[in-house]
Amino acid sequence: MDLTPELMEWQEKIKKVARDEGLDFFETIFYLLPYSYLTEIASHGGFPVRYPHWHFGLEHEKLKRSYEWGMGKIYELVINNDPCHAYLLENNSTMEQKLVIAHVYGHCDFFKNNIYFASTNRRMMDDMANHASRVDSYIRRYGAADVERFIDACLSIQDHISPLESTAITTTPAEELETEEELVRIIKRKANPENPNYMDIFLNSPEYLDFRKKQLEEKLSKEQKFPPKPLKDILYFLLLHAPLKKWQEDILYIIRKERYYFIPQGFTKILNEGWASYWHFKLMTEQFLESSEFVNFGMDHSGTLAKSPYQLNPYYLGFTLLHDVEERWNRGQFGPEWEDCSTMFERNSWDKKLGLGREKIFEIRSIENDYSFVDKYLTEDYCDKHKMFKYNFDPQSGQWVLSDRSFESIKNQLLEQLANFGIPHIVVQDGNYKNRGELYLLHHHEGDLRQDYAWDTLENIAYIWRRPVHLETMVDGKAKLYSFIDGDTKELTDIS
Amino acid sequence: MSNIQITDMIRSGEREKKRLHQKIKEKIKKNLKQYISDESFVGRRGKKLVRVPIYGLRLPRFVVDDKKQGGVGQGEGEVGQPLPGQRPQKPQKGKGGKAGNEAGEHEIEIDVNLDEMVDLIGEVLELPNVEEKGKKVCISTKKIRWTNLRKTGPEATLDIRRTITNSIIRNIVEGNFDPEEEGSFPPIMIEVDDKRHKVWDEILEKKANAVIIAMMDISGSMGEEQKDIVRTEMFWIESWLKRQYDGLQIVYIVHDTQAKIVDHETFYRISEGGGTNISSAYSLCQEVIKAHYPPADWNIYPFHFSDGDNWSSEDDALCVKILKEYLLPNCNQFSYAQVTSKWGSGKFKEVLERSMQDLSEKIKSRLVISLVKNKEAILESIKDFLKSGK
Repeated sequence: MDLTPELMEWQEKIKKVARDEGLDFFETIFYLLPYSYLTEIASHGGFPVRYPHWHFGLEHEKLKRSYEWGMGKIYELVINNDPCHAYLLENNSTMEQKLVIAHVYGHCDFFKNNIYFASTNRRMMDDMANHASRVDSYIRRYGAADVERFIDACLSIQDHISPLESTAITTTPAEELETEEELVRIIKRKANPENPNYMDIFLNSPEYLDFRKKQLEEKLSKEQKFPPKPLKDILYFLLLHAPLKKWQEDILYIIRKERYYFIPQGFTKILNEGWASYWHFKLMTEQFLESSEFVNFGMDHSGTLAKSPYQLNPYYLGFTLLHDVEERWNRGQFGPEWEDCSTMFERNSWDKKLGLGREKIFEIRSIENDYSFVDKYLTEDYCDKHKMFKYNFDPQSGQWVLSDRSFESIKNQLLEQLANFGIPHIVVQDGNYKNRGELYLLHHHEGDLRQDYAWDTLENIAYIWRRPVHLETMVDGKAKLYSFIDGDTKELTDIS
Repeated sequence: MSNIQITDMIRSGEREKKRLHQKIKEKIKKNLKQYISDESFVGRRGKKLVRVPIYGLRLPRFVVDDKKQGGVGQGEGEVGQPLPGQRPQKPQKGKGGKAGNEAGEHEIEIDVNLDEMVDLIGEVLELPNVEEKGKKVCISTKKIRWTNLRKTGPEATLDIRRTITNSIIRNIVEGNFDPEEEGSFPPIMIEVDDKRHKVWDEILEKKANAVIIAMMDISGSMGEEQKDIVRTEMFWIESWLKRQYDGLQIVYIVHDTQAKIVDHETFYRISEGGGTNISSAYSLCQEVIKAHYPPADWNIYPFHFSDGDNWSSEDDALCVKILKEYLLPNCNQFSYAQVTSKWGSGKFKEVLERSMQDLSEKIKSRLVISLVKNKEAILESIKDFLKSGK
């Protein structure tokens, strides 16, 4: 299970060079595992002990098959924890192990330094095991079927949390009371115009009183809304207000907490993989590659960066875009002067020899996520050079068709996919819809939802909420309302 | 990471896998209609594995329909060109906006063998096991029975109870132990002589015999679609009865105006055309039974599939006569499935229904008629035929 002496030696060497190059990471513990264990761990999100659920089994089955059929294997797994845990695959060649160790140190540095990971739980290894034993005890006490059904429901909305905003409810009860009292005072004063205070007419003109009354009433009615303002963290809302049993509350809490741990990895995939690939490439080619390993290294490296017409490989995009930025900042190809320069010759030979590249990419790894990274640093030159295009589904021919090569639409499409980390933006609008305790969700439309999935998800929310659930969205450009009443009654209606 | 965690992991992994397989089974049962019309099963036998996609095994979530959103890719190509590596698809007909729900989208494929599928069908349709009838004549299965004892043999066959009994008896005889004496226990001393090993024999067990006589109308009015339905339905019925009778025999008959006996392969592939004389098949069926399958010894299951478009009313009358006089009294059940066809008149079903009025309840119940409108109806029709367990 521990590394072989040879690999341990390499690990020490690579660690030292990585530190010298400026990487800053938690201590990292490496394990050497056979593929069967590696897939088992990988299918559980990288953690050896998690609560039991069939979807982990499905994940495992898929990983196992893709390995057995030679359709790809996992080389490595690394867990954001202090200390980091990294798993290497037994039977890989020494060259591959070296590459992977270097790659892992890239990830560990990213976990420690990227701002979006700052608030992640670094003791997740222990917490996950704790969650597992709690869920286990619920299964024993309340039965596998009920617990599984509830976990199914929670998992299907697990993405609907709000990692980047506070979930605190806006006003305090004291503030609410003040508003109410002031309103009462104004109403009394208006009802009694023969006010003994002669200055009053100047201090509080009738116009002002009317205005203030309206203002307060509005505020009050807003506060009486439930929730007071639309809430993106649907799990949080359900946790507070759904009629849950204690064990259900705990499971919902567990799933939400685990999701908060995982979600930063979802919105830094391109950057994180790009960063790790940058470092494995750099360390290997500059220091650790022996000439006999060169060809195999080349094959593995280009394997991870393989291009595809159907999706952007995050490894590829991250790796090449970081290199692009490093190059540009080294040559000073940024700022208004560069933007204004339009002669081809000048642009090609532009080199102010600033050498700022390294500093720039370290800054990027600290403060950006995938969305901001692409938004700030994707350039037209890059898109041309890497032959990027936008494609669409053509319902006439039933095929995916290359639809556009312009920079604007490529970037827009990419940002659209990365916005909100690819999760539809849905908020809890009203928890007491029609004053009947029904739940009203609002989808800030960024694309039509898949209908069959949407119905099944609504059913799961209704299972937790135990009352009908509605979802306002757009279908083919028209406002529509999905209403899941119960298992037999589902309605899709127009909203005028 | 300690070793304890690893064992925990493996254990929970096993549990998850078990649950996953239960879920897969549920999904297959739910979409059984779709699976049984899957061509990859029809014509298979027994333990051979068929890889089937499992639909709907996923955690639902809100997700933007990527067919309406598009994506970004990389590579060569001109604007307007289809992306490489796509399977050519049939253009979608009619209804737009139903994207995303089509076949081809599945989480995982699993291997199932025919026997498992057949058992699932039995579970879903709640089919009773067939009551065996008739004399049990040879045709049989080899079974292993423990028939004898021996003093030597492999350890695995040791008969512990007998060995210990022998040991006690020997100890009594040798005077080491007196069962009459209060509070005494037999010494636990087993000698080679005490040992007894079980010996097995392979015996042939006599089972009831069954024969299916599968008759299919291949006249011109039966289109490819209809024949497909017939083959699929016949295949599953055959598979079910095979699970019930070890020595099941099947006679395949096809007919237009003439009837002939064909082999399994021909039956599942043939396509011909011509007029229709149903009586030709019925009388051939009668001959086959008379010649090879004496009803006293055999469970006989004729199945007839047709679009119900018989040539003449004289022939109708002849069919009814054969049925009433020979087939119904001598068969366990006579099953007639009428497959709806654009060209056939579909009258034969009515003819049968009308003419059976005067029969006794017992005989009448042996004629089962089922109408198969389309592929979706196959499952129900199978149920019609097999639910009585005759």
